[in-house]
Amino acid sequence: MELPLDYATLKVLWWGLVGVLLIGYALTDGYDLGVASLLPFVAKNDKERRLVINSIGPMWEGHQVWLITAGGALFAAWPSVYAVSFSGFYLAMFVVLAALILRPVGFKYRSKRESAAWRRSWDWALFVGGFVPALIFGVALGNVLQGVPFDIDRTLRATYTGGLLGLLNPFALLCGLASVAMLVMHGASWLVVKIEHGPVLDRAAKFGQIAALLVIVFYAAAGVWLAMAGMGYRIVTDIDPNGVANPLRKEVVVEAGAWLTNYGKYPWMILAPALGFIGAILAFFGLRSKAALSLIGSGLAATGIVASVGTSMFPFILPSSINPNASLTVWDSSSSHLTLFIMLIVTVIFVPIILAYTAWVYKVLWGRLTTEEANAAGTY
Amino acid sequence: MPELLVADLSRWQFALTAMYHFLFVPLTLGLSMLLVVMEGAYVMTGKEVWRRTTKFWGTLFGINFVLGVATGITMEFQFGMNWSYYSHYVGDIFGAPLAIEGLMAFFLEATLVGLMFFGWDKLSRPAHWLVTFLVALGSNLSALWILIANGWMQNPAGSEFNPDTMRMEVTNFMEVLFNPVAQAKFVHTVSAGYVTASVFVLGISAWYVLKNRHLGLAKRSMAVAASFGLLSALSVVVLGDESGYALTDHQKMKLAALEAMWETEPAPAGLTLIGIPNEKEHRTEYAIHVPYVLGLIATRSLDGEVEGILPLVAVAEDRIENGIRAYTAVEALNENPNDVEAREQFEQTKTDLGYAMLLKRYVDDPATADRATIEKAAMDTVPNVMMTFFSFRIMAGLGFLFIAMFALAFYFVSLKRDVPRWFLYLALFAIPLPWIAAELGWVLAEVGRQPWVIDGVLPTFMGVSGLTVTQVIMTMAGFTLLYGTLAVIEISLMIRAVKLGPGARILPKGVGGGGPDTHNEPVPARPRTIQFDK
Repeated sequence: MELPLDYATLKVLWWGLVGVLLIGYALTDGYDLGVASLLPFVAKNDKERRLVINSIGPMWEGHQVWLITAGGALFAAWPSVYAVSFSGFYLAMFVVLAALILRPVGFKYRSKRESAAWRRSWDWALFVGGFVPALIFGVALGNVLQGVPFDIDRTLRATYTGGLLGLLNPFALLCGLASVAMLVMHGASWLVVKIEHGPVLDRAAKFGQIAALLVIVFYAAAGVWLAMAGMGYRIVTDIDPNGVANPLRKEVVVEAGAWLTNYGKYPWMILAPALGFIGAILAFFGLRSKAALSLIGSGLAATGIVASVGTSMFPFILPSSINPNASLTVWDSSSSHLTLFIMLIVTVIFVPIILAYTAWVYKVLWGRLTTEEANAAGTY
Repeated sequence: MPELLVADLSRWQFALTAMYHFLFVPLTLGLSMLLVVMEGAYVMTGKEVWRRTTKFWGTLFGINFVLGVATGITMEFQFGMNWSYYSHYVGDIFGAPLAIEGLMAFFLEATLVGLMFFGWDKLSRPAHWLVTFLVALGSNLSALWILIANGWMQNPAGSEFNPDTMRMEVTNFMEVLFNPVAQAKFVHTVSAGYVTASVFVLGISAWYVLKNRHLGLAKRSMAVAASFGLLSALSVVVLGDESGYALTDHQKMKLAALEAMWETEPAPAGLTLIGIPNEKEHRTEYAIHVPYVLGLIATRSLDGEVEGILPLVAVAEDRIENGIRAYTAVEALNENPNDVEAREQFEQTKTDLGYAMLLKRYVDDPATADRATIEKAAMDTVPNVMMTFFSFRIMAGLGFLFIAMFALAFYFVSLKRDVPRWFLYLALFAIPLPWIAAELGWVLAEVGRQPWVIDGVLPTFMGVSGLTVTQVIMTMAGFTLLYGTLAVIEISLMIRAVKLGPGARILPKGVGGGGPDTHNEPVPARPRTIQFDK
């Protein structure tokens, strides 16, 4: 069957679509993670804590699906990337899972009992469920940027040789901190637009401004480190963008500064990192004046920062540090032509529908949440 | 060659996390539908008692739903974490239904479930009902896509191996979608969920009636559960998923194993009602036979043969030998993708490639396997007869029990309007049974599929990730601890919510949870039967 889009085009589209899903996750659940990380710092008593928790209470569940769908889309469109990254980051994935499992039950179960000790425990669960994934997502991207120690044999079976502690190297930790700062900024911005004016909002605005400044510092530091330490990989053999998905048919070298060459080749890609900085600056001023600008700024920053990881590495998705030739790239680690095409159609149909009902839910829940509402019967 | 202990531990982990996940799924599937029915009654009649009823069951739904969602994430991540070669090998086909599930179903239910709980005062009655309906639709569609994925593991239609990418690739997506095994499984599983929720609602309502509490809610709930449950229980058994057993050699093997039918019998074959399979000597002891029945059910004809285990092992031997030729062809193509001769040999033998991989348990290179090894590998295609035989019998027995129970419930509630106390006790104590049946259903489906993870295509032990034993033990301990704690909390919250009853809020200690339902007229203490008025 002749498909209306060629294989190479579909690969690039799917590279972008997984990016869109990850950005969707950062924009939506990102603020939930940030709000949960801020919970112990902005809320001083049970009433305030319920205000904070209920500001994200009705929506976090839908937000989380962006991550789950991104995982599913990775499985469907980039099976080798899914296989290598999830098994490679095995224990880190488990920690993320455990944290993500604690979070929903934290929401749901916390206010089912009066006991202060009960609620304190679930507050901890919520904090861990926000902070830990925020940190690990950043650490994981930091490792991907440096290359991950895996090899692939002739039957395309992958083996990973790193451990959990190897993930916690200085550059990756810096990326982790940048990720936490970014999501805390985003969470604070959400609180500024969503909850009633009062001490909690004031504290959120203050922490958010600090976070916005830290985003700028950490993000810039990571960028400089990336350039100075000479990270990057380059394909040296001829590539056929329409070629079959077999990652062992190319040669790759480690090359200092290769992660920055895309910005020379495709100048429009500079938009991504630029948006990261501009967004954080907007968010800072928005938070200072407690205006809706904060959320626009933090959203732009999250979009730009996540996108910049992709644009720096293109066409690489998961470089291998121990056998660069086995690196997974856009050209050789996707699903088949037919699967990419079918999944594109499904995505084009359903993403607008998802956006439409999500918008409707936001509209129904529109307006600032008051402490009284947040503490009414039937809330979290 | 993957490490066998890692594969075994990963299987245990998958089994435990999947069975734990499936403690919550059936209730979500069924209770969401029951909520649609109950809230529908509220929207139609405008009676406050229906709103209270919906909100009460909604609270229990919420406690259950959250753990279903949380433990579902583990399932999706675990393919990549513990089964990375599997993920590479079949992601081209298997990943698609999982991704579509996210886009079409999970987004819908998860985005709207918040409004279902928090939107009562923000939405008009019909709009809230629509939200409840969409949550139920999302949950049920979610089951559809997951079972399309699972159905493909049982009957890998619409796909073939591509030696250039060393994996299975989709050739006909419609065949994956309309896989008969998947369709049968969907109806069977979803109906089982409806039965679970009906038993749950019936049992808890029976307890209220026995305790003389919340009678208005309890009677209405019993009426809904009885009719919904009867239809679903009939559907589970009548539309049970036997319809796919004739499709592949291994589905035939599963059928033979669950019947412990060692040899092919002359058609129509008899059904072994009960007995004790002897796996060493290949016979079934103390068997009670019912003549003709199995042949009739399995082939829907008088002359169709149901093949026995040992003849199917002989078929597997042939397929292994053919598979070795496919394997050597793939090796040759790996060296030189333009080897015309190898490609031709591959084209002739490709459907048996997976059978050669069964030998990888014993030898590194299947081409070097001797006769004895091939026979041993062929014997491996027999799943655990004991487990499939008994899990099927207990599950099916419970299925018939549910039909009888709901028929009685329907008779008492709808026709006689008078429920005897013994039946109320029966309904109460029946609460755990649908969970046992559902879990055994999965044991049958998945143990019966062994040694394959993808029927006839990829042996389970080949699919595992290159992890260390320590890593898998660490996550298993972690899951056990986390899941165990959450199970205790969830069950205690459920029991507490049931005890507090409808209309209850969190009240300071010492304040009872009678709630607004206390205006129900008291019934004389411990009557022998409970009258159901119109």
